[in-house]
Amino acid sequence: MTNTYLVLVLLMAAAVGFALAPLAAAWAWARFFSPQKPGKDKNDTYECGLASKGDAWIHFRSEYYLYGIIFLVFDVETIFLLPFAVSFTGLTVGAFVAMIVFLVLLVEGLVWAWRKGFLAWH
Amino acid sequence: MAERIFGLALTPEIFVMIDEGLKSELQKQGVYVTSLQELYNWGRANSVWPLTFGLACCAIEMMAASMSRFDLARFGAEVFRPSPRQADLMIVAGTVTKKMAPLVVRIYNQMPEPKYVIAMGSCAISGGPFKQGYNVLKGIDRYLPVDVAIPGCPPRPEALIHAIMTLQEKIRNQKLTGPDRPRHLNAEIEGEYPVPAYGEHDLEPPKNPEVWQPPMIKR
Repeated sequence: MTNTYLVLVLLMAAAVGFALAPLAAAWAWARFFSPQKPGKDKNDTYECGLASKGDAWIHFRSEYYLYGIIFLVFDVETIFLLPFAVSFTGLTVGAFVAMIVFLVLLVEGLVWAWRKGFLAWH
Repeated sequence: MAERIFGLALTPEIFVMIDEGLKSELQKQGVYVTSLQELYNWGRANSVWPLTFGLACCAIEMMAASMSRFDLARFGAEVFRPSPRQADLMIVAGTVTKKMAPLVVRIYNQMPEPKYVIAMGSCAISGGPFKQGYNVLKGIDRYLPVDVAIPGCPPRPEALIHAIMTLQEKIRNQKLTGPDRPRHLNAEIEGEYPVPAYGEHDLEPPKNPEVWQPPMIKR
């Protein structure tokens, strides 16, 4: 019996070659026949035709994590609170304690953000 | 019927068109011959990717042309690209205001070679009904090399399709060698055109003298 997987390997090599050959041909054509024409506008960042201002690599303020905490406290928490309230009477003590720990952790985040003055409207 | 044979003519002058008489004689015998130039231009002409770029009402007709009723896809030109990096045809569809002109030229500069321009409608050709307007550019050909111009206000989608077919005819007949070879194979032709700036009263410069000269009026 011949190795049947050899056929698969050959087919795979043919498929990869089929995909790579046009790319290689296009690359060779561009390399040897088409002169490169870089320029100030062409190498610039595309801004819908406007002259680009500044760099695309800018700094984001790291204070974003505060928004993340507040989002967790007020939004994600509700999703967990609803099933918690629905099945409250049938919960075991372990599940109740786990849920309270989860709540305390989030409330701790809220207290922390509050003390930091993040909740004040500027 | 003779068996059909397809072949690629590998002559020493690989780009040169083969003799038409010889070609038709061979074709009668069932031998189809082509040259690298024809093959290359055939591929190029049937894969024109226009830029998604509309300026005014002509763009509505351009959209209609690309939709199912008029079906631009039959000509291989339906892949409208929203980025100039992937497009090679700019359809200037609509009124070019003086405020918009630098943006149009800059987008053209950002397109890779080979690139072509279709001026669609009276406004893109000459300013059209707004020619007397203080804020309207009197034709995009003052800044860009226009390959095909379509009259009309706005031109019907058939007219745009005709323009694309005309452009395809132009691409198919381009010689890859020699002094009149297309711009993307000629290193001496600049890839970028000067972008006009907003002046006090008009764009500065008001025209690119390399591509446009005011017509001589004989009296």
